[in-house]
Amino acid sequence: MTADATTDRRTTAIVDCDVHNALPDDDALAPYMPREWRERREALTHLSAVFRKVRENLGDRSYLGAEYPRPTPRASRVDSWPPDGGPPASDLEFMKTQLLDRWNVEFALLNPLFGIGEMLNLELAGVMARAANDWLAEEWLSRDSRLRASIVIPYEDPIASAAEIDRIAQDSRFVQVLVLSRTNEPLGQRKYWPIYEAALRHGLPIGIHNGGWGGHAITPAGFPSYYIEDASAMAAAFQAQVVSLVSEGCFARFPGLSVVLIEGGFAWLPPLMWRFDRAWSKLRTEIPLVDRPPSEIIRASFWISTQPMEEPEPPEQFAVLLDQLDMPDRLMFATDYPHWDFDAPDRAIPVRLEPALRTAIMRDNALALYGFDRDTRKL
Amino acid sequence: MTSGRSAVALPARMAVVDCDVHAAEPSIEALFPYLAAHWREVATTTQFRGPTDSAHPPSAATSLRPELVGAEPPAASSVDDIAHHVLDPWDVQAAILVCSYSAEAIKNPDAAVALTRAVNTWLQSEWLDRDGRLRGSIVVPASPQLAAEEIDRMGEDPRFVQVLLPVRSFAPYGNRLWWPVLEAAHRHGLVVALHFGGYPGNPPTAVGWPTTYIEEFVDGASAFQSQLMSLVSEGVFDRFEGLRVICLESGFAWMPSLMWRFDRLWRALRREIPWTRRAPSAYLREHVRLSTQPFDVPDAAEFARIAEQIDCPGMLCFATDYPHWQFTSDADAVPADVGETALRAIMGGNAQALYNLSP
Repeated sequence: MTADATTDRRTTAIVDCDVHNALPDDDALAPYMPREWRERREALTHLSAVFRKVRENLGDRSYLGAEYPRPTPRASRVDSWPPDGGPPASDLEFMKTQLLDRWNVEFALLNPLFGIGEMLNLELAGVMARAANDWLAEEWLSRDSRLRASIVIPYEDPIASAAEIDRIAQDSRFVQVLVLSRTNEPLGQRKYWPIYEAALRHGLPIGIHNGGWGGHAITPAGFPSYYIEDASAMAAAFQAQVVSLVSEGCFARFPGLSVVLIEGGFAWLPPLMWRFDRAWSKLRTEIPLVDRPPSEIIRASFWISTQPMEEPEPPEQFAVLLDQLDMPDRLMFATDYPHWDFDAPDRAIPVRLEPALRTAIMRDNALALYGFDRDTRKL
Repeated sequence: MTSGRSAVALPARMAVVDCDVHAAEPSIEALFPYLAAHWREVATTTQFRGPTDSAHPPSAATSLRPELVGAEPPAASSVDDIAHHVLDPWDVQAAILVCSYSAEAIKNPDAAVALTRAVNTWLQSEWLDRDGRLRGSIVVPASPQLAAEEIDRMGEDPRFVQVLLPVRSFAPYGNRLWWPVLEAAHRHGLVVALHFGGYPGNPPTAVGWPTTYIEEFVDGASAFQSQLMSLVSEGVFDRFEGLRVICLESGFAWMPSLMWRFDRLWRALRREIPWTRRAPSAYLREHVRLSTQPFDVPDAAEFARIAEQIDCPGMLCFATDYPHWQFTSDADAVPADVGETALRAIMGGNAQALYNLSP
């Protein structure tokens, strides 16, 4: 018997737009931090066995008080713990086995989720962001040519963020600027504009990744009780960011600004565009920089990663959804490795797509946006 | 044109129920006949005017239908006005009155109780008593126990068919903190109506306060979804059998995406909420109704696709949302091309079933 369809799909090269490599331990960034911060950290570490408390004392403090039990430890696949005993996705060799080689990944985009942008001590957040970027370059990007990374920034300090973008963007293996979906203020607000100016200077898109906590309840109705609500409500955080970025005129102020919505889903986007267009037709005097229907701006400015893949019922509605979305050149495949809701490349898309569209989603759309090479980046 | 309707052509003998007609929020002076001396004195000797804000400030160009801006007396401030604009031209069998009083903005619970009691009595005397086609929504303070007491007081009047809750709240309505309210609604066979807006003090988005009203408006669809997720996740529909919820001024095009997202997560995370025995979409289809305003699809073809995705002919209920701008022409409020059976259900049948109105 010849190779079946599954094998064919499996051997086709893909681009994975959302991979979460992890720090092997809490001290991994220490060698990349300035001596003064390292020493303060070490001194405090010896004072207490309760390391998290120590970190809070040092200034690693973040917004506390809205934790939900997660479905799995570290929200990770149960099989993703590497043999060396470190946390999931902390070991490149094991990541190769489970992801890069296993699924013929041509490029994988690392989006480190270290909680740095959420820190309340902005000075330390800046130090940690620089350390994280240097660590990424040294210990990941230099060790496998398939890897690319997003720039970690202390996004609640946009001036420092712009400086870090300017510093690290010289390295063309960094292809995106990373913020999380729950920020202090809506991302369109002027506080964040220096980040967009810096990103544009270097032709980098802004990636908004699921997560974070800007200190506000996740719903307009306060804090929900369960993780399933928290997880589902994240789609609303993305919507608020899209609405803010468009309404504040960011795409008129910063022509060419590109934004990638990562791990936010996309079935909510068509109804959002309809509602937004309709509201704009009545209320446009309030947002004069928006001189076209918002849906036109959204389709011209946003990209979307696919994980978690939408799963309409019945599955045929997936094709209707793609038609409603009408952004065939903007969907980019992602696995979200090593998280529990991993999308496997051979099973993620619920319906059979035209081969050209499938290739676009699995690979080509990401190549067109990120280039993965300074000379071919199309921005 | 049939049945004497001047608003829009509908097939003969097709009942129309308007699920969302506004009674303009009364001034504090208008409530004087229904307020105790203490609160009349407070109002006359201080600057306290009741809720400091409302979902739709009077005369705001952002909310009123353009031709009604600056009208004197203000639009929707009397039975005569809504009879002229809605009840007569649509020849409605019934219209559900909504007074978005924003009592949740008043943090003084004594004031909130006094004012909501006054508003409900005012609705009885100055609206429901004057036109038999009108049904009322009970306005409640944002303290669950006090709200339950007001529901018990007003629930005796069968003309009140629902409890009105602003969709933005300090805690999601499924939270057991709110169960006294849901229990009271259930006890009296009242629908729970979630209406756009609310000023609980916490921001309207997960990322804080947006700059403009258009953002708040567009983001408003998320608030409904959060409340529905809460009601399902907390097991409210398992606990209060037969409890029904209607979303007003909510739009409806977001419902398929909510069902898909929620079902997908439930398949993976149901261990966390083991009392839910069916997929969330099954609860939503059985217990939740959506008003058709704002008509948030671009055209009739897209409406048909959304209706197919929702896959629940009983879910959509017609509303004019008078006097707001959600539709600019009357014909725009009627879903074209859905077929007569579906149209009959949307225009009146679904609301008859929801509110126990005679067919």
